[in-house]
Amino acid sequence: MTTYIIRRLLWLLPILLMVNLLTFTLFFVVNSPDDMARAQLGNKHVTDAAIAAWKAARGYDLPLLWNSEASGWSMLSQTIFWQKSVQLMLFDFGVSDAGRAIGADLAQRAWPSLWLALPSFVLGLLVNIALALLLVMFRGQWLDKLGLVITVIIMSISGLFFIIGGQYVMAKLWHWFPISGYEPDGDLWRFLLLPIVLGVIAGVGAGVRWYRSILLEEADKDFARTARAKGMSQWQVMRKHVLPNGMLPILTGVVAVLPLLFMGSLIMESFFGIPGLGSYTIDAINSQDFAIVRAMVYLGAVLYVFGLILTDIAYAWADPRVRLGDD
Amino acid sequence: MLVLWSDVVVWLLVLSLVGFGWQLKRDALARERWRLVAQSHTALASSVILLWFVLIALADSIHWRTDDPYRPVVSVLDVALGKMATGQEKSYSAPFAIESLWKETRQTEDGSVIRAPVALKYAGTHLNDASEQATDIVQQSIFWLVVGAGLAAILVMLLARLRLFKDTDIPWRTAALTLVSLSALSAWLWGMGQSYHVLGTGKVGQDVLYETLKGVRTGMLIGGLTTLLTLPFAISLGIAAGYFKGWVDDAVQYTYTTLNAVPGVLLIASAMLLAQLYLAQHAELFASEQERADVRLLLVCLVLGLTGWTGLARILRAESLKLREMEYVKAAKAFGVSDGKIIGRHLLPNVGHLVLIAVVLDFSGLVLAEAVLSYVGIGVDPTMPSWGNMINLARQELNREPVVWWNLFGAFAGMFTLVLSANLLADRIQQVFNPRATRS
Amino acid sequence: MKWWLLLSCIVSLSAQATWNNPYPRGWVHENTLFSAFSAPPKTLDPVKSYSSNEWVFLANIVEPPLQYHYLKRPYQLEPLILTQMPTVHYDAASDTSSYTLHLRDDVAYAPHPAFAGQKRKVTATDLAYAIARMSDRRNGSPILDMMMPLIVGLEAQVATLAKLPKSSEWRDYRQFNPQGVEVVDERTLVIRIKGQYPPFIYWLAMPFFAPIPWEVDAYYAQPGMKEANQSWSWMPVGSGAYYLAENNPNRRMVLQRNPYFHAESYPHEAGSTVPKSLLADAGKPLPFIDRVVFALEKEAVPYWAKFLQGYYDASGVSSEVFDQAIQLNEQGKLSLTAEMRAKNMQLISSVATSSSYMGFNMRDPVIGQGNDKATYLRQAISIAIDYEEQIAIFLNGRGVVAQGLIPPGIAGASTDCNPITHVGEAGQCQRRPLADAKALMAKAGYADGIDPATGKALVLYYDTVSTGADDKAQLDWMRKQFAKLGIQLVIRSTDYNRFQEKMLAGNAQIFSWGWNADYPDAENFLFLLAGSNAKMDSGGENASNYKNPQFDVLYEQIARMEDSSERRALIQQAVALVREDAPWVFGLHPQSVSLFHGWVNNVYPNLMANNTLKYRRIDVTQREQAQESWNQPILWPFALAALLLMGLVGLVWRKQRKEHSL
Repeated sequence: MTTYIIRRLLWLLPILLMVNLLTFTLFFVVNSPDDMARAQLGNKHVTDAAIAAWKAARGYDLPLLWNSEASGWSMLSQTIFWQKSVQLMLFDFGVSDAGRAIGADLAQRAWPSLWLALPSFVLGLLVNIALALLLVMFRGQWLDKLGLVITVIIMSISGLFFIIGGQYVMAKLWHWFPISGYEPDGDLWRFLLLPIVLGVIAGVGAGVRWYRSILLEEADKDFARTARAKGMSQWQVMRKHVLPNGMLPILTGVVAVLPLLFMGSLIMESFFGIPGLGSYTIDAINSQDFAIVRAMVYLGAVLYVFGLILTDIAYAWADPRVRLGDD
Repeated sequence: MLVLWSDVVVWLLVLSLVGFGWQLKRDALARERWRLVAQSHTALASSVILLWFVLIALADSIHWRTDDPYRPVVSVLDVALGKMATGQEKSYSAPFAIESLWKETRQTEDGSVIRAPVALKYAGTHLNDASEQATDIVQQSIFWLVVGAGLAAILVMLLARLRLFKDTDIPWRTAALTLVSLSALSAWLWGMGQSYHVLGTGKVGQDVLYETLKGVRTGMLIGGLTTLLTLPFAISLGIAAGYFKGWVDDAVQYTYTTLNAVPGVLLIASAMLLAQLYLAQHAELFASEQERADVRLLLVCLVLGLTGWTGLARILRAESLKLREMEYVKAAKAFGVSDGKIIGRHLLPNVGHLVLIAVVLDFSGLVLAEAVLSYVGIGVDPTMPSWGNMINLARQELNREPVVWWNLFGAFAGMFTLVLSANLLADRIQQVFNPRATRS
Repeated sequence: MKWWLLLSCIVSLSAQATWNNPYPRGWVHENTLFSAFSAPPKTLDPVKSYSSNEWVFLANIVEPPLQYHYLKRPYQLEPLILTQMPTVHYDAASDTSSYTLHLRDDVAYAPHPAFAGQKRKVTATDLAYAIARMSDRRNGSPILDMMMPLIVGLEAQVATLAKLPKSSEWRDYRQFNPQGVEVVDERTLVIRIKGQYPPFIYWLAMPFFAPIPWEVDAYYAQPGMKEANQSWSWMPVGSGAYYLAENNPNRRMVLQRNPYFHAESYPHEAGSTVPKSLLADAGKPLPFIDRVVFALEKEAVPYWAKFLQGYYDASGVSSEVFDQAIQLNEQGKLSLTAEMRAKNMQLISSVATSSSYMGFNMRDPVIGQGNDKATYLRQAISIAIDYEEQIAIFLNGRGVVAQGLIPPGIAGASTDCNPITHVGEAGQCQRRPLADAKALMAKAGYADGIDPATGKALVLYYDTVSTGADDKAQLDWMRKQFAKLGIQLVIRSTDYNRFQEKMLAGNAQIFSWGWNADYPDAENFLFLLAGSNAKMDSGGENASNYKNPQFDVLYEQIARMEDSSERRALIQQAVALVREDAPWVFGLHPQSVSLFHGWVNNVYPNLMANNTLKYRRIDVTQREQAQESWNQPILWPFALAALLLMGLVGLVWRKQRKEHSL
């Protein structure tokens, strides 16, 4: 098991390397530091000297890959590639193009993201599974059919409509929630409840259908049929056989995305003014702050890889043979 | 005549669909399956609606230049829609309104200055008096509904005479009904659109119904072209990885894991930012904005396609791994049949249904994704009519007093109809083609 | 556990009257002003910061030597941390002017860890330190290139500092005073500038010249500070009425009253147009408000909604909500709608000291300087672009059509009509009819817009920065304006970077830009067309690359003069030249409109001053009552939802029982 995980780790490292190389090429070969400087310097009295000073302050005045003016080790290290990309590999995020320390901002913004994403995810999961169970229990009957129709309809509506509509009706017309904002000192739930609920609603269409198909597969297996034939009630079959067996694919799916929750929700955060990593990303894109975009790309890749490893562990843990031993 | 790149693509897309249908004629099994698909009422009705969308997109994909500086480039759809396309007001007006929503300061006959709504230039101009409006709307509505339904009914009858409906398993009645109602609705929208703004007007006075219809092409292209672009990557790499195993498999897996590792939005955003940079640097390549917006649309598709092939590739890889262990594949190999032939004869036909399902499922997801990308500012050109752009504007409009909801509604209606039809059809296709899902 | 959580929610909900208060509970009951910012400030470093959205904070934190009088009009400078206005002495022999600044002795910085608990007073050394700090390129001051030819010895100083070895260690700028900056004693500073340049005094009212205590600079240079966002950029220190108590540009900024703030009282005098009610607090000590909260509110939609709920004390008026908030009366004057009056709002409006214009690249072969034909073409376009309509459509009437390049409210602004584009009396200018423009087109050789060289419509290129979907409407409109003359306008929209690059290379033909006054003086606008500032040659602000020797002579004269009737006459001459040459289509001067709730007092628009928070006063009880009455939650949907849910549960229950009974 340990050697397996180490092997996987070694396999995943090149991926991070590649992601890093990819972003480096994208951002430094195609985009020039002069552009970044002008984008950040504003619009009054921007002179060449000012641009040069800006680049020097952020280390963008170095050569890309090889510093022929330096000597020895610094021929490699005094380059943009080393200063920006290799440092990034070591989780030294540096300073954003706007001039703030990215590391400090990330640490500060991860929490709001998590506070929004984790409850949304967990609640969504519970609601989706519960509804899917309900549909499976009433399979082929009108409730199931109605449920399927409703889920297709929800699936066919862009999430933006739920957010725009929900914010308009519940916050603006009914005064139930603050329209937007985030206040960790006060009662946080007042600010998070609306985005969480809307997030759950927007995801319920695809989610319920997905879990329904997983559970249906289990419900059609022989042991479930036998149990039903033996006179177990529908509810008991669900609880004793379908749900526990269905949990397996569900759980392995969950652990893969769990680390990515840190990245936050782009749309939710920017609609509801939650200062998390999602809105950080969107702001960085809008202001073309490539230092932040690069940092977020790398962070995302690391979390994704972490998710892959977690999935592997989950699979190993949930291996049928291991389970038999547990029973 | 002006040929935009995306026009070419649209026509190619449709032609390939037709070609695909032709192919079916020869394959008995596939034909049987498609018959099963068509036996579902919802799937058939959805297909009719989708076909209607395709026609709109096609009509919007034949462009030519004009001398009119206000509209340097027009399409068949623009001409067909008549006053809907040309009747541009100054700013907002409500659905079916004949007065503007905005106010203008002007002098009345008795000399006093007032600030009040003004009469619209292109709505209700045939009315002698505002009081006639309600009756006029009812009368015209009846007329156009009857005309639309009647025309469709005649068409259906003609087709029936040609004995096209001989296959009795297929619910032709549903198809006919859908066609008649669709035609009635279209005729009504078109007819009313000539004398009123059915969905009101937007910020610069453009007809919202017209914008919505123009959005069809953008949505179809994003959904259709992107999925098509992913196919070559997904099929070749997925099958190669599964069939050859070894280092090919490693390389392919490495590639798609790397692509997946970069957060989707960021990958798209970075690529789009850089593409925009390129477009900005090479502005001289494009004679008009429309051509530039067009290239940007294709770029969006390309970028989405570049990131979107991994899912299907993974499925195909798994399937190929399974297939290569099959007896007949092993036998073929033992007889020394070349790899290329084995893939062509045994693997490709057996993963066809997976590809089909992936295509129909991706389509609706991509149409929805367009809205989100436009919101983030990395989608299609802001000057391009698209549902995403409409939703984007609608946020501000909901804040107005009185509320301007028609832009949001237009985008919602267009998007919902397209995506719902696609989803329903996809559902049925999945049921029929994926044996594991047939039981429900 | 779950029930307990739910219960606690309900209890805390019922404990308060409103559910949607977006702040920590207690704050709305305190002497706190609630405001917002739409984008995180890029830097609050006084040496770097040069944008109004940063000065909103910074100007209340740091204090430059001078400030604008809050209520006097026309704008007038007054000493802020000085005992009197600087004395200016011109020495003809060396051709230098020296400005002597006498500091007050009761001005102290707000508390900061670098002062180790001591009350630190502002000294002349601190003022010199700020200038020396500006002269270091690595601090990236945006005005350095403008100050270099002005302040004696600054250029040499820049060179000296640039030669020092690169390092991130602290530089003690007390050792690097430029030659023209002299610390006479602890409270006296002399700044010498080359030649005569009266507008220099205005720069002394900007944060660039605010004193910098060396202790803080040394403190921020310590290792680890930057990584924790502890730097001048994010934690500026000054002697202002407020200090930055919380700096989280990702969420909110909080200004707190500076306990060491020097004595200052509300002004006694006011301009003749200022309502007398604004003098009710005259003589009372400043500031009135204890705390100012700026919340990050990126979008206009939630901002306006919260403002209407009473959770923001002030708001701008976007075009979306214009008709809800504001109506135009017979004279075209703005007033509040009944809905807003019922909410007891105040309307504050003023014409901004800025110009939006459309520029022609004067080096362009088709449209540029050099032949009369092109001049006729430019004039024709100047008539055809109907800015009155643009103001009506896109700005809801919030703007004034520009008759020249200097906005109203600035000494020397022209009051008459631009004879090229308008006819009529001052104040009632009418745009010339389109026929005049068409006649000019014919004179230019483009009758009906047909380019004789091609036989087709004349094609012109318009470069613009456009991002949002909103811009499409404006661009469409612009195309129509040119189409009126038969010209086909090709719009090349790019990002701001590319746009600047193009402007620098002179690759643009027609473009739109704007200028926001640095200080209320005509010179600050005339220099935008001075030949020596041509963008293509020097990267200056003359984006049109306009060069007219006559104009340049006038400009040099004007720049060296104090405000006087002769100077104003010269300005009129210069403006007349520019009108004739039409290097710009003089677009418009936007009118800024904002709304304040009734509980905010002492609000008067001052477009030059940013340190106006100290004058504001709020009535907390009035605010509390309003918030409560405007934000009662609507409860009937709950009842409805409960009913629906019960119905659903009932159905499932019945079904389940049926199955069991089978």
